[in-house]
Amino acid sequence: MGSSSHASTGTLDKSRFANPFFTREGWLYFAILAVLILVVFPLTLDAFRLNNVGKYLTYAFVALGLVLCWGHSGILSLGQGIFFGLGGYCMAMFLKLEASSPENTAIQSTPGIPDFMDWNQITELPWFWAPFHSFGFTLIAIVAVPMILAFVIGFAMFTRRVGGVYFAIITQAIAAILTILIIGQQGYTGGVNGITDLRTLLGWNIRTSEAQFILYFVCAGLLLASLLLCRAVHVSKLGRLVIAIRDKEDRVRFSGYDVAAFKIFVFCFAAGIAAIGGALFTLQVGFMSPTFVGIVPSIEMVIFAAVGGRLSFFGAIYGTLLVNYAKSTFSETFPELWLFAMGGLFIAVVMAFPDGLAGLYHRHVRPHLAKIPGLFDRQSGRGRDVVAQPAE
Amino acid sequence: MIGDYTYSEFGSILAMQGFAGLILFSVFVLMALGLAIIFGQMGVINMAHGEFMILGAYVTYLCSTFVSATIPAFFPYYFFVAMILAFCAAFALGVLVEWAMIRHLYKRPLDTLLATWGLSLVLQQTYRTVFGAREVGVSLPDWLIGSLPVTDVVEVPINGLFVMALTFVITAVVYLLMYRSNWGKRVRAVVQNRTMAGAVGINTRMTDRMTFGLGCGIAGIAGSAFTMIGSTGPTSGQQYIVDTFLVVVFGGAASLLGTIASAFTISQAQSTMEFFMSGSMAKVLTLLAVVGILMLRPQGLFTLKIRR
Repeated sequence: MGSSSHASTGTLDKSRFANPFFTREGWLYFAILAVLILVVFPLTLDAFRLNNVGKYLTYAFVALGLVLCWGHSGILSLGQGIFFGLGGYCMAMFLKLEASSPENTAIQSTPGIPDFMDWNQITELPWFWAPFHSFGFTLIAIVAVPMILAFVIGFAMFTRRVGGVYFAIITQAIAAILTILIIGQQGYTGGVNGITDLRTLLGWNIRTSEAQFILYFVCAGLLLASLLLCRAVHVSKLGRLVIAIRDKEDRVRFSGYDVAAFKIFVFCFAAGIAAIGGALFTLQVGFMSPTFVGIVPSIEMVIFAAVGGRLSFFGAIYGTLLVNYAKSTFSETFPELWLFAMGGLFIAVVMAFPDGLAGLYHRHVRPHLAKIPGLFDRQSGRGRDVVAQPAE
Repeated sequence: MIGDYTYSEFGSILAMQGFAGLILFSVFVLMALGLAIIFGQMGVINMAHGEFMILGAYVTYLCSTFVSATIPAFFPYYFFVAMILAFCAAFALGVLVEWAMIRHLYKRPLDTLLATWGLSLVLQQTYRTVFGAREVGVSLPDWLIGSLPVTDVVEVPINGLFVMALTFVITAVVYLLMYRSNWGKRVRAVVQNRTMAGAVGINTRMTDRMTFGLGCGIAGIAGSAFTMIGSTGPTSGQQYIVDTFLVVVFGGAASLLGTIASAFTISQAQSTMEFFMSGSMAKVLTLLAVVGILMLRPQGLFTLKIRR
């Protein structure tokens, strides 16, 4: 960190550490992003493309959490798909139960339970499905279930000072376990097809184009809110501490802080945000399946954040949009080239642009913009959006 | 009587399951040996390890097709040549990758992980472009097909026995190389203290490159051995990667003995449980147990005490 000298006594330049929530420059970026996803996309894209962008924005939730968790705190989780998936599954279970009312499922041998259970000779709703009849419970579960799991993982790992690559491997293994479990327990989870054929949310048909349009705005609004929330965490004392932990964990520990507690918090926070994204994904796409839980999607979500810039919240959102746009374009026209491009992207981002789009912007574009008088505030060198490089 | 089985039947089932577990154990050890060198000794996360194995498998496939088409008389013995070629191909690719990518990333382990994942995607697509998306199988020479009857109910497949023997030989070679040769001494010196190793005149860069290459080469042999018990597709490597990493981490990253012990534990647990429940549940429970134990004992089963 650039301000590592703050431990020295004497006169402190308070304004350097006050860290305003956003500078004028920050609000400008926020406004540009808000206009882009709230005005430009809905006006220029047709319903199908807009729905796709909405889907990408749900991944951006995960990328936001990863910026905080990986970029700022140095905790690389290769299992964010777990939390995205759990959030999505919680939402899907509620919607599925609503779609499987006894009237809708009268032709089944056991009416009132989801169709895939009936196909698997299950005659009674499993106990863990029962609470998902309640919308209030579902809303809580979407965030609570992934966060509790994240807490258990984080508590077990961080209090024993396991971090770095070991943490990455363990989270990846958990993602693999969860995928095998979901696919194996077809009768309880819908198996490899996932939970499909979701129709209504509290009686409101989510499959019409008007509903999709509204859901897009819900998603975009929640994403902007999450961005502000992440930013709030980042500028808080806790946000500074996790950066210190990333750069010199032992020094923070010797200063008397409980390092594990901060790491657990950040990991749980990222899990909660990812889960909100997952729930919105289910609403917009109309199904949830184990393909969004496993190792491959989890690592792809890391690359979204890496392309945007692992230290920048804005970068994460733009990176997610860009990678996904490229993915759908490539796989429509040159499907065989997509994996080459994706693999090349991983290598290039790591070897050549470790700070991603945000790094490129700050190095090449911003210096020119900063010359325009009055565009950024006069003290634009301070409280910038991008924090200093990792020390490693 | 246990359930519907008599004791002798139950005993044979246990023996068969145990033997299936032993084959799985050999497979795990073969997969994990290369990674134990690369990850355990060098601390490099190679997510493309599975793709190096598949490279070996494809080389073996090419050999078998080539030999059966041109010199059928040689067919019974092609496998040994194929294994050497598989080693060479994977070794060469490993050295190339180390030179182009890994050596720039030694100080950024998390980034190595992402870059090698990218490499694995590129390799997968290369395999798909070259060999097609369908899985390919190798035709085995006659002497590898069939099974040996041990008692009237218990039979052991010959290719399984061959894989076990191969595993034993390779493990012995790796052990001798790592712990009984000058080269192994250099590798361990570089791992334990890079600066001092350089100061006493060890070419640390060359050691790194050869170590990485050797790990990849062993992966190539492992892939070659896999062709005897299963078919190979472009994405087969990805399915092994989690298991392999867990085996190495569970064993204690820096310990070769630990890797073998953990491969034994995991494979026996999985194959025994597979008898009592579905394969996927057995796998879930095994992996969960491993992850759970790792949470309680993060350093793995065996640890090497080094002062850093």
